[in-house]
Amino acid sequence: MTDQEKILSEVTDSDYKFGFHTDIETETIPKGLSEDVVRLISAKKEEPEWLTEARLKAYRHWLTMKMPKWANLKIPEIHYQDIIYYAAPKQGAKYESMDEVDPELLDTFNKLGIPLEEQKQLAGVAVDAVMDSVSVKTTFQDTLADKGIIFCSFSEAVKNHPDLIKKYMGSVVPYTDNFFAALNSAVFSDGSFCYIPKGVRCPMELSTYFRINAANTGQFERTLIVAEDDSYVSYLEGCTAPIRDENQLHAAIVEIVAMENAEVKYSTVQNWYPGNKDGIGGVYNFVTKRGICKGDNSKISWTQVETGSAVTWKYPSCILRGNNSVGEFYSVAVTNNHQQADTGTKMIHIGKNTRSTIISKGISAGKSQNSYRGLVKVLKGAQNARNYSQCDSLLLGDKCGAHTFPYLEVDNKSAIVEHEATTSKIGEDQIFYCNQRGIDTENAISLIVNGYAKEVLNKLPMEFAVEAQKLLAITLEGSVG
Amino acid sequence: MLDIKDLRVSIEDKEILKGINLKVKKGEVHAIMGPNGSGKSTLASALAGRDYFDITHGKILYEGKDLTELSPEDRAREGIFLGFQYPVEIPGVSMVNFLRTAINSIRKYRNQDPLPAGDFLKLMREKKKIVEIDSDLTNRSVNEGFSGGEKKKNEIFQMALLEPKLAILDETDSGLDIDALRIVSNGVNKLRSPENATIIITHYQRLLDYIVPDFVHVLYKGRIVKSGDKSLAKELEEHGYDWIKQEVDSEV
Repeated sequence: MTDQEKILSEVTDSDYKFGFHTDIETETIPKGLSEDVVRLISAKKEEPEWLTEARLKAYRHWLTMKMPKWANLKIPEIHYQDIIYYAAPKQGAKYESMDEVDPELLDTFNKLGIPLEEQKQLAGVAVDAVMDSVSVKTTFQDTLADKGIIFCSFSEAVKNHPDLIKKYMGSVVPYTDNFFAALNSAVFSDGSFCYIPKGVRCPMELSTYFRINAANTGQFERTLIVAEDDSYVSYLEGCTAPIRDENQLHAAIVEIVAMENAEVKYSTVQNWYPGNKDGIGGVYNFVTKRGICKGDNSKISWTQVETGSAVTWKYPSCILRGNNSVGEFYSVAVTNNHQQADTGTKMIHIGKNTRSTIISKGISAGKSQNSYRGLVKVLKGAQNARNYSQCDSLLLGDKCGAHTFPYLEVDNKSAIVEHEATTSKIGEDQIFYCNQRGIDTENAISLIVNGYAKEVLNKLPMEFAVEAQKLLAITLEGSVG
Repeated sequence: MLDIKDLRVSIEDKEILKGINLKVKKGEVHAIMGPNGSGKSTLASALAGRDYFDITHGKILYEGKDLTELSPEDRAREGIFLGFQYPVEIPGVSMVNFLRTAINSIRKYRNQDPLPAGDFLKLMREKKKIVEIDSDLTNRSVNEGFSGGEKKKNEIFQMALLEPKLAILDETDSGLDIDALRIVSNGVNKLRSPENATIIITHYQRLLDYIVPDFVHVLYKGRIVKSGDKSLAKELEEHGYDWIKQEVDSEV
């Protein structure tokens, strides 16, 4: 082993710092999945009948489907009957004030750097926290309500705003969409709902933190964001999980609807437990995220920093139906040790003068495999569609892999579609140059990697960008030469 | 300050430096000249701690410490600066961010608090004047898209900012036009003090018209074959390296 390889392996061997487990009384149902389990989940959540029926329909459809095999991922068979499909902190989700919240739970969120109470006052970020399956606490509801903004857990929305949920749930990602979407539609537990009325600019960042805590539990949350005409919202999502030897399943759905002139920014910092350095444990992350630019001049922007999960399967997409609508996808995906990621986007151009931008930065270290998979589709009627895609891969060491799978389907001659791709390695020269200025190798890597990912990190809201930079450094700690 | 004793360096069993002896004291400027392939850049790399070769014999003492036991970053923190012959580009990393990280790494090593952002920017402004560097240059990514002259100026700018005790300038004059050469040399001269020392590695004599050395050494085939004062450089300029080569080769 050369010195560089040694440093590389040291950096990549660093520990996951969100791996604690909260000792909290949890209510779970028996493991396994059946129509009875689907009904039980629905009953636990006191759902109306139409929703129970919708779940059952999705479940029955799921039974006819097979797990997709086209991704560049090696996944051992998942035993769906060994998973618990519902877990909730026992005290339930009905808190009247912060005092009633289990102190252990609050402590958990504090450890994650989300002091709800503090955040409430200082940061001006409204937070919805989802622990295992239940939304624990949504802050700032009153302030937002003044503007007519609805920001609450999905379950609450089902109770309080059934018409909106009925109208929009499944309208962007139908349960028939794919295997994991069907599964989620059958057993989804909770999540967030956000509604921005016409003409309203949401005055603060809305944010959801997801946490898997209970063992052997799957997390299946769904998020629905509806932005009416001329509205704006920026939405953040963060995720962590405890260190466990067994793999945990996470299959989520995010749906975004943007009406005329509306803009939605959706930022994710995904840091689920990636497994240990030998590839034991870690979260299987199968997520369907899609937004539709329904109205003219609308815009949806996805920004993601993906550092966690043993397996990531995720393609946040935009359906550009409105004329002049804009879709953006900015992604940094880091894989280390034995992590595998197959991630990218789909941009479907339907309306006239629609534009999309894809900037994907993959960083692979250790023995990981990192794939970009993206589809740009221009339909017949999409006159003057424009797409620019840039897919860069950075390799740290020589045991990892980077792959790019761009798909282009263009049915309109006026379209201009550009694709650029580069692959580079962190150079010894760059590291030595930093060393010679007094910067040690780890900081040098962190500088270089953050520089490489800057175009994407710049798209994140300020406080998130700082977190994301630290996260990149931690993920690659000990990793390069 | 610096005491190199019988230094032998090999790259993959090929001996490049065959017993270098050199003493540098505070306040001195030494020029190391020599034809291509004589081992000049290898010497600079050995001092800075580049690890693609083996030190097979000898010692490098710097302020009494054995330099070979220090990592490259610790050598930098101890006050050794290498002006690169080919400065490296680091895309996406701004000069400001890069230098602030550098200066604070060095300060941390010396048990000093990080420099507040305001003070740092003030320091940058002051030092920029020394090399007449454009403001927008420092807002760009490290060396990215810089012209050859800008890269070299940037090296001297960094030297000014980091205030090293021992600066090694590796072929700083290569690729410079006459104006850039003047600016770079002026910068180096302004930074000269009784407290620091400079080693200038160069192929040509012309840089030494601007930066006047106290000592000139000729490196040939991995050995210092001749040392003298600045007049030695003049002699080389007039007669080329051939007479030295002949002298040395005839001895063998």
